[in-house]
Amino acid sequence: MNFFHFIARHRAEVLTLTAEHLWLVSISMLLAVGIGVPLGIVLTRKPGWKAIILGTNNVIQTIPSLALFGLLLPLPWLGVRADRLTITALTLYALLPIVRNTFTGISGIEAPVREAALGMGLDSRQILWHVELPLAMPVILAGVRVATVITIGVATIAAAIGAGGLGEFIFRGLAMVDNNVILAGAIPAALMALIADGILGLLQSLLQRPRH
Amino acid sequence: MTAQPEIAIEFDHVSYRLAEGRELLSDLSLAIYRGEIFMLLGRSGSGKTTTLKLINRLLEPSSGEVRVEAKSTMAWDPIRLRRRVGYAIQEVGLFPHYSVAKNVGLIPMLEGWPRERTDGRVGEVLNLVGLSPETFLKRYPHQLSGGQRQRVGLARALAADPPILLMDEPFGALDPLSRVELQTEFQQLQQRLGKTVVFVTHDVGEALLLGSRIALMENGRMLSVQTPKEFLNSQDPKTKAYVDAFSASHRVLEDGR
Repeated sequence: MNFFHFIARHRAEVLTLTAEHLWLVSISMLLAVGIGVPLGIVLTRKPGWKAIILGTNNVIQTIPSLALFGLLLPLPWLGVRADRLTITALTLYALLPIVRNTFTGISGIEAPVREAALGMGLDSRQILWHVELPLAMPVILAGVRVATVITIGVATIAAAIGAGGLGEFIFRGLAMVDNNVILAGAIPAALMALIADGILGLLQSLLQRPRH
Repeated sequence: MTAQPEIAIEFDHVSYRLAEGRELLSDLSLAIYRGEIFMLLGRSGSGKTTTLKLINRLLEPSSGEVRVEAKSTMAWDPIRLRRRVGYAIQEVGLFPHYSVAKNVGLIPMLEGWPRERTDGRVGEVLNLVGLSPETFLKRYPHQLSGGQRQRVGLARALAADPPILLMDEPFGALDPLSRVELQTEFQQLQQRLGKTVVFVTHDVGEALLLGSRIALMENGRMLSVQTPKEFLNSQDPKTKAYVDAFSASHRVLEDGR
């Protein structure tokens, strides 16, 4: 039985696991953007917090994903359900590139532009909406793009704690020593990463206007 | 014209120190009158830009008081103050992601003007600075030449019709031809609009051409305030140094003829 036979026979399961995978990744990314962008903005306002927040994020990134799942397991509300735990871990991993790029994108805006905005009488919120976020958007999106690809990959580990997703096939294939089963998980995950990367890359280039 | 000209901006023993203690401006007292073009002339680091930024409270005085329209800048709401005071800087600081129309119309829009009034005003100020709205409204800053960008910057500063204009070497980065063109147009524009203008420059020619009065600054101190005529005839050695440098550049012309 080759890989395509396996896929054809297990079509329904492939689709279910892909949908699960997509769901885990989407929720995690929504949370990571929802937390990461504001956190990055806070850093531009309070540079003193930079060391703590980026440092903590860096430490989280260095924890191997399997270990992070294990570390979160004993926590009261999170440990109860595998999907909660997975989403928390994925969000934590996705945070660093988003926070860092939001901070870098906003800090990288040319001083005269910011000065003109301030001198014209824009308040801090108006500067954020009219100047900082639009100008930093391509850089922020680049961070989201990197984070999405990482998250799609790391999400395969979620199967180890029973949260489902395409990792199910990978772990099953490893146990069965069957490459076709492994590939049935790995290939859709890789395709998902490529498609997400392509879409976000397109969005990024649309937003990237030539500057003076 | 009243006998006693009205004061638009007043510095009352103003000093500005950095947090580390270095003094950028020392005990400045000065009155700028309504409708004049007041030139701040000096080398880089003489305190010209610091003086300018104290007016729209981008900087706050360490001691003393800056009064705009008889009210201390510290008593003004900084946002209200800055919208009454137009600001044009050398690097222009146009928003690269906004079209000319949006750049110029941003403050009127934030001030809550209705759409038609904003659009009308944008066209009006673009005409004022010599840019045809049909051609330029939809362009982005990177599609403009340096001179056109400066004009848009000036249009943006004029958009909400502020009574006071602050200009920080607005023509400094231009090629000599565009600079003279813009200086001449600015002079005509000012005669029509009658704004109070505070203008920072290191170019003596520009100061003499545009200024109603010229303040000479050095090391955070104001050395003198003179009309262009007084400036040219001054016996003060520091003023003379500027005048000599200026005439030296003109001697080349005469020698060449």
